[in-house]
Amino acid sequence: MAPTPYLELKDICKDFSGVRALETANLSVAPGEIRCLVGENGSGKSTLIKIVAGVVHHDRGEIRIDGHSFSRLHPIDAIREGIQVIFQDFSLFPNLTVAENMAMNTLLAERRRLVTRRRIRDIAGEALSRLGVELDPEALVEDLPVASKQLVAIGRALLQNARLIIMDEPTAALTRPEVRRLLEIIRALKERNIATLFVSHKLDEVMDVSEQITVLRNGRVVADEPRAAFDAARLVFCMTGRRIAQARRSAVPERTDTPLLSLRHLSRKGSFRDVSFDLWPGEILGVTGLLGSGRTELALALFGMEPATEGEIRIEGREVSIRSIHDALRNGLGYVPEDRLTEGLFLSKSLADNAAAGTARDLAGRLGLLPPRAVLRFGEDWIRRLRIAAPSASVPVRNLSGGNQQRVVLARWIALSPKVLVLNGPTVGVDIGSKSEIHAILEDLAAKGMGILIMSDDIPEVLHNCNRILLMKRGRIVEEFDGAATDENELARKLAG
Amino acid sequence: MPSRWNMLWKKNEFLVGLTILGLCLFVGSVNSAFWSLPNLFDLLRSSVVLGIFALGALVVIVSGGIDVSFTAVAVLSMYITTKLLLAWGYAGPFLWICLLSCSIGLCLGLVNALFISAFRLPTLIVTLGTMSAFRGFLLAFIGSNHISVLPQAMVAFSQWDLLRGRTPDGVLYSLPGAVLFLFGAALFTWALLRYSMLGRGIYALGGDAVAAERVGFSLSRIQFFIYGYVGVLAGLGGIIHTSLSRMANPFDLVGTEMNVLAAVVLGGARITGGHGSVPGTLLGVGLVVIMNNSLILLGVPSYWQRVAVGLLLLAGTAAPILLARTRKRPHAGEEERS
Repeated sequence: MAPTPYLELKDICKDFSGVRALETANLSVAPGEIRCLVGENGSGKSTLIKIVAGVVHHDRGEIRIDGHSFSRLHPIDAIREGIQVIFQDFSLFPNLTVAENMAMNTLLAERRRLVTRRRIRDIAGEALSRLGVELDPEALVEDLPVASKQLVAIGRALLQNARLIIMDEPTAALTRPEVRRLLEIIRALKERNIATLFVSHKLDEVMDVSEQITVLRNGRVVADEPRAAFDAARLVFCMTGRRIAQARRSAVPERTDTPLLSLRHLSRKGSFRDVSFDLWPGEILGVTGLLGSGRTELALALFGMEPATEGEIRIEGREVSIRSIHDALRNGLGYVPEDRLTEGLFLSKSLADNAAAGTARDLAGRLGLLPPRAVLRFGEDWIRRLRIAAPSASVPVRNLSGGNQQRVVLARWIALSPKVLVLNGPTVGVDIGSKSEIHAILEDLAAKGMGILIMSDDIPEVLHNCNRILLMKRGRIVEEFDGAATDENELARKLAG
Repeated sequence: MPSRWNMLWKKNEFLVGLTILGLCLFVGSVNSAFWSLPNLFDLLRSSVVLGIFALGALVVIVSGGIDVSFTAVAVLSMYITTKLLLAWGYAGPFLWICLLSCSIGLCLGLVNALFISAFRLPTLIVTLGTMSAFRGFLLAFIGSNHISVLPQAMVAFSQWDLLRGRTPDGVLYSLPGAVLFLFGAALFTWALLRYSMLGRGIYALGGDAVAAERVGFSLSRIQFFIYGYVGVLAGLGGIIHTSLSRMANPFDLVGTEMNVLAAVVLGGARITGGHGSVPGTLLGVGLVVIMNNSLILLGVPSYWQRVAVGLLLLAGTAAPILLARTRKRPHAGEEERS
């Protein structure tokens, strides 16, 4: 007999201004169950989570939590019933310490007027011990890496006597060892009968940790079965409704006389050392390595954000000095940052404004004024070219899904027609369907002679898309692989070892 | 490994303290009058009103807002209070005068809070507007004359000294009792920010307003408190200023808000919110006061003092930022091992 579900949603419908976001969706989570909710962006995952959190109210259907039925669920009800949602932004206070962040909810729930350092430390100590991790409780959250911020958020949720923790894209910004640790924590929570609803579109992790999988597509539940019923291909098919072949990159470009970009003994103190490689026209070159291996720093150096201190950079055989972003742009280098939300996009501005941000000068009319219509046309043009799913070019980028946001960033760079495009984690937080389309766009750019440098620790990504792969460790390039001659296991082993 | 010494260097209070020390040594070496007791008392006297205002400004800045209307609130509160007391022929103790002025300040502060919290307007715009409105209201409807005959209790307050002395050449000097008000306000604000849930809420609001709301803080309640509290401190500062200078001048104080904000920012509060402490603010106040005072001792013309305070502000805010930039990225590979 199946255990009574802790959370049960029945026939949930939700419209947003006429658009159906959820259509008779069902979801149930048993106590201590680890369930994954998967689906592409726009499939209704986020809406479903928000309904469970009480942030968004459903139009029709029934919500039962722990036997209680709610016709209208408020956030405070959800919290009282033991539901904790860890949003992608974590909702932490960057200016406060780890301990203060963890203790905040508890202190508020206790309705205290006064607090002491000791009380905060005790609460945080409790959270850390439940979590089973080491974190400096006195560190400021703004100084922590993403993975630790997430731990703080989880610790805070545990203190609320959570019975169901919902994590929205928890692995989007984590490196592999960090993901592994997170999954261990989720399993440990299960031991204590705490259920986890894990929202993800990274397939390997989903398969790894879940007991039950619910697949959403276009607002409908298309599959709800135990994990054993799925293999990777079936999951992809359920999510996208089509078959996506993970084709290897085949076309190896012919090498011309001069490489597009060559680095010789490039170093930056404390970041990377003695980096030398060539990038040929039409080539996609992957640079992989763990967090802290220097791959991000190398990208930043190429884009002039943290200039290299020694060595030389040649573009088409000519030595160039890249001391600033301006230098990088002038020499035909483009950079798509890791964290597009904070570094790459003006979230509240329209798609068109964002896409045109780099090329504004070319669009400007006489007197240097920028006619809004030209910008809009430019945006519409890129919507077509990169198949961006957006109602119009005037929607704020904030309202787009991750994959589409990434295309907007790409559009901006492609419009500048750089010689070399450096992408740092190009598909972090992007669903499979979009991912393969973004890869196709990159392939297409390479075919036109652009040199593409992908910095990523997503092994399948570099493997399937790159001609060659460079492995970085401790700031040095330690090995070079032929994209066609190596496999996932070998690369993963070398990366970790 | 971060040693104790390194931690100390990271502390803003420590840097400000060092600057003060350096400034004192320099000025003292040029003019030995700097180290005299009369000068020290003078510095403390000058710090009282500036300090009380700065405590209010600190609370606002920590919450991620800014208030430029507090000097207008201070003048309006103190002027109405003085006029009312004179009309009533009040002869009671100073305490009630303070309470009256603070209450008026509270009401004016709540006007700010209303606009900021209920209508969700930007704090700078609201307080710029109310600063002008309060000041105009004072001059148009209440009066624009100096009042130099003050109620007895206020005169008595100005003569209340904790310590008195006479220099060898016969000049009287004293430590005014008003400094106790500064210390009291500082102690209260410190405890509030550090040990009350409300204070945690103020930091939380300054750190991430959306997150603060999600966690369950009532943002409007916190904002009403903040702007009300600033109003109360402004009322207090206004009446103390009037008493110490023994004149109610409706043209006074407005214009000094930038000095106050400079002191708070020099004391380590970040204008973007979330960071700042009472000890830091007091040091910032000390720095500004010593700067102004010592330039007089050094014989620098008074217009130059404004230039100097401006440069100090630039240097003081740039130094921690530049320091932070140099140690931004950890050594590659160090993280990998963990």
